[in-house]
Amino acid sequence: MSVPFALLALLSEGPKYGLRLQNEFESRTGEVWPLNVGQVYTTLQRLERDGLVEADGEGERSQKQKRYRITSAGAQELADWLRTPPELVPPPRDELVIKVLVALQVPAIDIGEILQAHRRHVIEVMQRYTRIKAAAAEDDVPLALVADAELFRLEAIVRWLDAADVRLKQLPSRGSALVEDTPLERTQPMEVSQ
Amino acid sequence: MTSALELRQVSKIYGSGPTEVDALSEVDVSVERGELVAIMGPSGSGKSTLLTIAGSLEEPTSGQVLVDGVDLATVSRSDRARMRRRSIGYVFQDFNLLPGLTALENVTLPLELDGIGAKAARARGLEAMEDLDVAEHADRYPDELSGGERQRVAIARAIVGKRGLLLADEPTGALDSVNGGAVMRLLRAATRRGVAGVVVTHEAQLASWADRVVFLRDGHVVDQTVAPPGPESLLAGDRR
Repeated sequence: MSVPFALLALLSEGPKYGLRLQNEFESRTGEVWPLNVGQVYTTLQRLERDGLVEADGEGERSQKQKRYRITSAGAQELADWLRTPPELVPPPRDELVIKVLVALQVPAIDIGEILQAHRRHVIEVMQRYTRIKAAAAEDDVPLALVADAELFRLEAIVRWLDAADVRLKQLPSRGSALVEDTPLERTQPMEVSQ
Repeated sequence: MTSALELRQVSKIYGSGPTEVDALSEVDVSVERGELVAIMGPSGSGKSTLLTIAGSLEEPTSGQVLVDGVDLATVSRSDRARMRRRSIGYVFQDFNLLPGLTALENVTLPLELDGIGAKAARARGLEAMEDLDVAEHADRYPDELSGGERQRVAIARAIVGKRGLLLADEPTGALDSVNGGAVMRLLRAATRRGVAGVVVTHEAQLASWADRVVFLRDGHVVDQTVAPPGPESLLAGDRR
């Protein structure tokens, strides 16, 4: 979960109160990820327990009035996290891929039409993200970054659908999918991760 | 209401006999003023043919093309040429600005070809360039402009003189995705001022700027998007 690191990043600019952290988190992530203030305080408590932030002596009295600053251990933790690659190698079990593979086995199905139904749906979702970008101020960089991330991810799906279309055109007549039942040979599982 | 552009059962066949190719088959598409429509499809699906027919650069084998309710088949060749100059703006992949002319001269070219006086043409040209934020480059030559500026000048030329129909074939050319998006933002803004826009593209990100996406495949319209709900449903669903 990246919320603790986002708070550490905001504190690396200087000491801040919890409420201010919540406001800044939302505005700097394009207001895409709502964060309630209770979550901010529990996260700060955990960070304080782990020695990554500390109260700087301003305010005090209750937790809500404490002002926090990042510790050097916190700064190091943040720097390490920023450089740690996210998980990019899930097992190849994407739902859409499975649907298309299943469709290949169903004789009466027009796969081109199935691919198109998904293509249309993905592009409709892309249109909604693009509208968000279009409606936003041109200098709202955080929002543009968030929308771009989704748009590139969705575009990759469309490109996969297009490639699938081309590959399936090269397939011999699908009537031959109806084959006699013969004992299956065991196939090698696909292994991508190390 | 009359659509700015309407294709009715438009077919286009190239060649004949064994070499015959159906580039378009009974295509129905209409575009309203203020609307930006993207035509998407793989290469060879008929996208560019559709655009050249819509722009009356080519005639359909059968079917009707109506621009502002006027059936192009019913007007004379010279009237069609005038219509092309007056009502239709084109944006090409490589911008197609003439190198020996200044930016402003490029923009006013369609007006001057149409017999509009130099002074009036200049005023309208500058107006279009102001809409696209490039008026300060009016007296520069294309090779003195950046890629983005050239593209803006090309769009200014396409909308100059209150054209009702804007046609663009892969208009972002070799621009990167951020600058390509900026071009689509400009085309969208132009349509919001009352122009009907048609953009041909094979890129989903660019198509997603359109109000409606029409999918072509082997010369047939196979599908189109429905008007999406507002963006708020996408991001605000889990807000407090």
